[in-house]
Amino acid sequence: MSIQTPLARVRYLGSAKEGSHHWWWQRLTSLMLVPLTLWFVASVWWLVIGGATYEALQDWLSGPIAAILMLLLIGAMFYHVKLGLQVIVEDYVHHKGAKWTFLIIITLGCLVGAVAAIYATIAVAFGG
Amino acid sequence: MAFRDRPLSPHLLIYRPQLTSVLSIFHRLTGVFLISGTALLCLWLLSAAAGPEYYAWSQWFLTSWLGYALLGAWSYCLFYHLCNGIRHMFWDIGLGFSLRATYASGVLMVLTSLGLTALSWGIGLAFYFTQ
Repeated sequence: MSIQTPLARVRYLGSAKEGSHHWWWQRLTSLMLVPLTLWFVASVWWLVIGGATYEALQDWLSGPIAAILMLLLIGAMFYHVKLGLQVIVEDYVHHKGAKWTFLIIITLGCLVGAVAAIYATIAVAFGG
Repeated sequence: MAFRDRPLSPHLLIYRPQLTSVLSIFHRLTGVFLISGTALLCLWLLSAAAGPEYYAWSQWFLTSWLGYALLGAWSYCLFYHLCNGIRHMFWDIGLGFSLRATYASGVLMVLTSLGLTALSWGIGLAFYFTQ
């Protein structure tokens, strides 16, 4: 029988990693994405199906509201994609090497996609 | 290494399909499919940044029959993932866990996502015919 407390016995042995960070940000990004995706669908329907001109697109995206909402959408969306795909890989890929390869591709792929989309948004917003 | 052969969790193949599990599986599938839409969003924005002649290309692609088919699939998957995501948020705050409630909210979620898709395409077509 040990006189160690239960906390002292387990401390530094397991790995809690980020704790609830993953779960919490998956929820925060989904909360953001509810209004943002509704705005995005309405905008795309107006621009693409409505057949708006390039000038109309430039006018739209160089306004502060559309540019800010687009940047928020890109950030929340790619982070949400990263977190969601990570769970799927952790559920189904148990070979250590393959798992880490997928996780690295997912993280870096989402980062590249987000940076490219942010660059393009800013280029249109300030390019006119 | 005997434990290597243990079944993976979540176990998809050993259960009889139920409304609840099928809707949950489709939440993941729609999420994965929507990633192709994020890739196209990047290309769409980059084409707009590259100038009018490149933007004309993405406009041509999106209004081709393939573009419309993809927009249709993405819009339904988006509304499905969005409505089921809201269903998950109710579970997160501890509401709607009874068997009756999970089935009722599942049916409601499918009907709402269909309704929102129809509504959004109605609005989209209104834009199409007024321009």
